[in-house]
Amino acid sequence: MHRPITQRSVRRTGAILATVASAALVLSACGGGDSAASDLNPDADLTQQSLTVSNWAGYYPEDMAANFEAAVGTPMTITNHATNEEIMAKLTAGGDSGIDVAFVSGQFAQALNEAGLIETLNPEFIPNLTNLYPEAQNLAYDPGNKFSVPYAWGTTGICYRSDLIEEPTSWNAILEPSAENNGKVTALATERWLMLPAQKALGFSANTTDEAEMEQVKEKLIAAKPGLLAYDDTTFYSRLVSGEANAVVAWDGWCNYGTAENPDIKFVVPSEGSDLWADTMVILKTSKNKEAAHAYINYILDPANHAWVAENILYKVPNKGAMDAVGAGLAATYPNMGLTPAQLLEGESLVDLGEAGPLYTKIATEVTSS
Amino acid sequence: MHKLGWLRVPLIGTYAFLYIPIAVLVVMSFNASKNPFTWTGFSTQWYSALFNNDLIRQGFVNTMIVAVGATILATILGTLLAIGVARYFRSTVVEAYSLAPAIIPDLVLAIGLLAFFSLIGVTLSLFSVLLAHVVFGMAFVAAVVIARIGQTDSSLEEASRDLGASAFTTFFRITLPSLAPGIIAGALLVFTLSLDEFVVTYFTNGPTTPTLPIVIYSMVRFGVTPEINALAALLLLVSFTIVISAQRITRLTDSV
Amino acid sequence: MSTTTPTSGRGAARRRALIGRTVFAGPGLIYITAFMAIPVLLVLVYSFFQRGRFGGIVWEFTFDNYVRAFEPVYIQVFSNSLVIAGTTTLLALLIGYPTAYAIAKLPARWRTVALVMVVLPFWTNFLIRTYAWIILLNSEGPINSSLVDAGIISAPIGLLYTPGAVIVGLVYAYLPLVILPVYASIERLDRQLVEAAGNLGASRARAFFDVTLPLTLPGVMIGAIFVFVPSLGNFVVPELLGGGKTVMVGNLIRDQFLEARDWPFGAVLALFVISLLVILFAMQAAISRRINGTGKRMSSRA
Repeated sequence: MHRPITQRSVRRTGAILATVASAALVLSACGGGDSAASDLNPDADLTQQSLTVSNWAGYYPEDMAANFEAAVGTPMTITNHATNEEIMAKLTAGGDSGIDVAFVSGQFAQALNEAGLIETLNPEFIPNLTNLYPEAQNLAYDPGNKFSVPYAWGTTGICYRSDLIEEPTSWNAILEPSAENNGKVTALATERWLMLPAQKALGFSANTTDEAEMEQVKEKLIAAKPGLLAYDDTTFYSRLVSGEANAVVAWDGWCNYGTAENPDIKFVVPSEGSDLWADTMVILKTSKNKEAAHAYINYILDPANHAWVAENILYKVPNKGAMDAVGAGLAATYPNMGLTPAQLLEGESLVDLGEAGPLYTKIATEVTSS
Repeated sequence: MHKLGWLRVPLIGTYAFLYIPIAVLVVMSFNASKNPFTWTGFSTQWYSALFNNDLIRQGFVNTMIVAVGATILATILGTLLAIGVARYFRSTVVEAYSLAPAIIPDLVLAIGLLAFFSLIGVTLSLFSVLLAHVVFGMAFVAAVVIARIGQTDSSLEEASRDLGASAFTTFFRITLPSLAPGIIAGALLVFTLSLDEFVVTYFTNGPTTPTLPIVIYSMVRFGVTPEINALAALLLLVSFTIVISAQRITRLTDSV
Repeated sequence: MSTTTPTSGRGAARRRALIGRTVFAGPGLIYITAFMAIPVLLVLVYSFFQRGRFGGIVWEFTFDNYVRAFEPVYIQVFSNSLVIAGTTTLLALLIGYPTAYAIAKLPARWRTVALVMVVLPFWTNFLIRTYAWIILLNSEGPINSSLVDAGIISAPIGLLYTPGAVIVGLVYAYLPLVILPVYASIERLDRQLVEAAGNLGASRARAFFDVTLPLTLPGVMIGAIFVFVPSLGNFVVPELLGGGKTVMVGNLIRDQFLEARDWPFGAVLALFVISLLVILFAMQAAISRRINGTGKRMSSRA
């Protein structure tokens, strides 16, 4: 069967080029128009709207859509993304992604706003905004929550097996692992958090755009690579459970999933310090259901609902009423649920890197392909 | 068999290499433990978990919609294309062009289509996935049908025309039946390719309509889930059935 | 009808050909132009423009994307990919050729079964087949535990998340693509040539290396290309079995489009892959032409 296809395929190239040349004439650049922020209708019938929300897989209670529909009357579909980058690619690909509300980390919300892709929020439609901790209303990527509302927040640290190893106190436990941990540690792969341990271990800002500093970060990460089991954003906690790894770089809440399966799995913020991240909700300009989208954000910010979210995802939520209700109870089993806003603010708030974005991307490639 | 001598070694070795991983999945799909590395007892719980998994069900429905749609469109377009190319063009350049979508690396086709859909403002959805699957599916159908045309004799069609049958009648009464085995084989090929297609779908699909391979990809990325083992065993059963029935059908139609 | 002159007959034939081309091939050719040729052209066009800060394209002409492709880090990724895809191809041939040869030697009724058995795993989901290797190669998995139990190693060794794991995964994914074309070329091989070589006093090894292997080289080349090209562009296996520590061109292209939002640079990388493909096919065609020529000459001599 192979003969006819391949013999012909050699000549195929010429044919493609010919068509390609003629087709060039057909193409034209498409200009993007920017739309003014739309007015919201306070009398909109929410049951006539429908919502499509994209959130991280496993980052919301399973019955979220059903409960929201029961409470507000708007039918809702939740789709999943694995990383910020993945949802960003979908949202910036042009055209209508079909998504009304997206969950992205703060610095990505900042970029989406600069790109003119997300809606300026109307606080009148989100009265529950006042339930947020004051600290959560002035985060560096969006002071005043003009275009994004924090859904969960926390920090990044080391999640480890306290029955197998000593408590790691430094990021170097991952970057320069001891003999017993060599090949039994993992790092996060997603760009900003790939850099974070080295940035902090070297005493730099997690938002640095200084090329000389980033060069040192790169060297440190390249030197660390042979000691790693893998780069892993999604399954690190299960590696601790299965015993494949002793210590992993982890977001606080996600370490709790490991703790839930094995109480010997603990979380620590290394002494060099870490970040303060926030995962936010934003409304897309292309949404045709903006009233319902605002209603959804308001629904989440209801203390009872936000507490229900925290109990399900085991991440801290920036909602005072919610944390007052369930924080202490959860902290008994998952100590990092007890971190206070003041403690979180010791971490450096991540912001968009602007023009330095490609620098990080390139360094990430240099590190992972070394 | 004794004639094979030492050739038995690569033969047995290759089949072991091909089937041991699959066997492990099938066995583990009946493991009671969530940990895929230890056997704790027989259970069918992962199969019931699989059937209750909404995401997988939704992915399966989406996959079937695309596969059925792509098979119908690609079979019609590809068959016509094959006849046009083999009977009326007789040009190797046109033939190469028609078969190119089957040879071009999937990643290149995928990024090209993503760029194209984004430029002309097509919202990524199952529809854009369908458009994408038809383009390579059509080339595979055309390849198989062109090969079939090469084996059939065109004198029947000439006779039919000489006897005064209309072009329409000749096409439906003579041409199509003589090409049927090729068309059916091509359709089955497109169907199975579409069911399993990942790369092109990954780039051209919208976020709200995952197909089964997309669902599997995110499950695999999020770690070891015994449900995947159950799914693997079921897919294996389906593929087995399709391949065997395809063999039967081609043998039956060939003997007609 | 029977009285048509030669000229009008030719005219009718030409008209029929034109109608046939339009009605039959027209829709398909238009479709391929719209959904393959133009998209691929677009990749070419994009490669000459600048990336937008938030993705998309800024319509300012530049060669920068091509210049960037030659930066050391990308050369490194390319050479890594070539080594991994090359090793994969070599291994697939070393396993696939003897297998195909053995299948061709089976009794006729077993051959079809043997071939279907080769293809069958190929028809199950590619991601699931890759996933199977995560279980097999895991430090807690069956291979490691049986090696430990057998006393060959004292502690589990790191099999998963290595370039070796990536290569195993790729060989597993594409092995049938070697076996089938090699089998086809062995099948078609003129047995008389091999027998003639034997009659002329060549040992079986000589006969194999001087006659069989060269004459099946076109099939080997096809199989090699069928494995090499998709291995080079694969991003799933390096991700799942390489633990993110092995970056191949496919990963890089995927990341430019779906993560870094740098479409023009991704376009350049994709064009490199296409050029490589074209070169390989041209080589295959040249070799196959030469071998068919010598084959004919040899068989006419025999």
